[in-house]
Amino acid sequence: MVIAAARSVLRRGFELIERPFDRLFGPTLNPLAQLGALGFFFFWIVAVSGIYLFIFFDTGIERAYGSVETITNDYWFHAGVMRSFHRYASDLMVVMVVTHLLREFAYDRYRGARWFSWFTGLPIIWLLYTSGITGYWLVWDKLAHYVAIVTSELLDWLPIFGEPIARNFISTGTLTSRFFTLMVFMHVAVPLFLLFIMWVHILRISRPKVNPPRTLAVLSLVALMAVSLWNPAQSQGHVDLAKAPVEVGLDWFYLPLYPLTDLWGRGAVWAFLGAFFVMLGAMPWLPPLRRAKAAAVDLAHCNGCERCAEDCPYEAIRMVRRTDGLPFPTQAQVNTSLCVSCGVCVGSCPSSTPFRRSEELRTGIDLPDFSLKTLRERTVAAAQSLTSSPRILVFACAHGGSAGRVGGTVVLPCVAMAPPSLIDFVLSRKLADGVVVAGCAESACYYRLGVAWTKLRFAGARDPYLRARVPRERIATVWASALETRRAAAEIDAFAATIAALPPPRLRSPAPPTPLAAPADELRVRESVESGS
Amino acid sequence: MIHPLRLMVQFAVILALFAAVSAFAARPVYRQTPPGSAVVVLTFVHGADRKADCRRLTPQEIAKLPPNMRRVEECPRGRRPLYVELDLGGRSVYRASLPPTGIAGDGPSRVYERFVMPAGEYDVAVRLRDTARTEGFDHERKGRIVLTPDQLFVIDFRSESGEFVFR
Repeated sequence: MVIAAARSVLRRGFELIERPFDRLFGPTLNPLAQLGALGFFFFWIVAVSGIYLFIFFDTGIERAYGSVETITNDYWFHAGVMRSFHRYASDLMVVMVVTHLLREFAYDRYRGARWFSWFTGLPIIWLLYTSGITGYWLVWDKLAHYVAIVTSELLDWLPIFGEPIARNFISTGTLTSRFFTLMVFMHVAVPLFLLFIMWVHILRISRPKVNPPRTLAVLSLVALMAVSLWNPAQSQGHVDLAKAPVEVGLDWFYLPLYPLTDLWGRGAVWAFLGAFFVMLGAMPWLPPLRRAKAAAVDLAHCNGCERCAEDCPYEAIRMVRRTDGLPFPTQAQVNTSLCVSCGVCVGSCPSSTPFRRSEELRTGIDLPDFSLKTLRERTVAAAQSLTSSPRILVFACAHGGSAGRVGGTVVLPCVAMAPPSLIDFVLSRKLADGVVVAGCAESACYYRLGVAWTKLRFAGARDPYLRARVPRERIATVWASALETRRAAAEIDAFAATIAALPPPRLRSPAPPTPLAAPADELRVRESVESGS
Repeated sequence: MIHPLRLMVQFAVILALFAAVSAFAARPVYRQTPPGSAVVVLTFVHGADRKADCRRLTPQEIAKLPPNMRRVEECPRGRRPLYVELDLGGRSVYRASLPPTGIAGDGPSRVYERFVMPAGEYDVAVRLRDTARTEGFDHERKGRIVLTPDQLFVIDFRSESGEFVFR
């Protein structure tokens, strides 16, 4: 209950920022829709700038600070800029990771089959902070002294180390250059391990966004350069072990918990961290997502075309060798633990055509809880409920702004579940005068790829295509989040007004073979003839 | 087609975000202790005496041992806790019994304590008991120190020489 309320508040907050960003950047460039990709992008900037800085860095205890000062002051125009790149890209990576986590929570994209990405994201946070903290240590300025003391005091609180590590940083003669070699090793090894976990993090999603769009990348690079020149990263004075580093300019992105050790004590900080991460780890099951049955393959209708495997947003479908003897090399196989029951595969299957004349409408891959047959039945029923002219039938995403629309609406788990032939079916059978496909916000598709696939299919750029004969002026797409109900309704009304101004459509499809697929007006005529009225 | 004005606004938004991030990368300044104060750290690692002396095994006890593990003496591994006291400015600021480290309780005891004190002159007395005695102390040092603002004053103990070090 509390979690749902927090999610709702946070979602409203994101919506407030995200929609104006959508308008300014467009859904593709919107940085809030590219948080993961930007995280990867800043990681690579940190990696490249770090390698460059390592050329100039000296690991000697007396020379570490001096080498960083040389980098910053003598070679400010290349190495100094790189230092700022290294520092600020690290901070931006923290911003991206934290915002990404909050956004996935806000949009409820961490439960069910998505638990894996959420769970593997948690070690990323620890590794990211470890990478950053070891980096601050290397500069060996006053801040490094503070970080060294507080970090080691925190570690000393744990009953792991025999001798307090913090002893090394409070008097001269106890620290050797070998320690800096160890820190450099950690500062290289931990980010490498971080990269490995980042790879694991995206394993269970198909087509993960690991590179931001080029325009956004270029804008970010130029902005980073501008900030590096305007506010270059600086050291805070050489370490003086005889003095306590009591006043430091903290990096509040990496070190926000450090002041808490003074306020709460080390034990309380560890308790907070432990409780916080246990709670985060348990979040996907608080409460668990009620999952619909996974998609099921019907081999009699599967020709192994691979479109479902290509379109699945969560790598839940793979092609395996044929098992039923039909003359196709492969067949689709669903991994039920990865399937989110979005129905995107149903929309991609070439067998998913409502025009089929078989008694029982079946397709190659279907949702047991919401089959293609059910979808066709609901479509026909929704169309028959349309009374006012023009008749607008809406296929609405359950997570979008039109999900709650009353009358003439078929709600789907994802609009990409509706095969393009369904639109053709509706218009050619005169079930409606116009069709609206109303999905999630473009930059926040609940099932990641639903909006993208729908657009491509309608544009004839991705199988299965929307046939050329379908009058495009009678189709509209509305991309609106669950909180944009008014805008969605307004866009549908505006579309209805344009449809009302159009001439009547020409019947392009042969007469329906079954009463189920018959258009509403024809059914009414037939009933009146049979009743003799 | 990319509109230049739109691109400039996009850049301005990104630049503002990055500038804010760079500002919080070193500001606001955090002060750990009140101005005009110093930090005294009491820290050392030292093993107290063993809980019991070595005992000579009887011939019968030695005979009972496996041939490859026979020894003349049995020495219990466990150490006693250390008892430490620190007085600063005539006021007791720390008294603790420090248990030995290690699963078997045979490691040295350790201490790391910070005390934030206003700068000024102080009488310091530090005492340590590391034997079986129950009264008095085995090691002790007294002195007068001057703490300057932001100074890090360390009280250490050298096990080899058995003396406290002020630095």
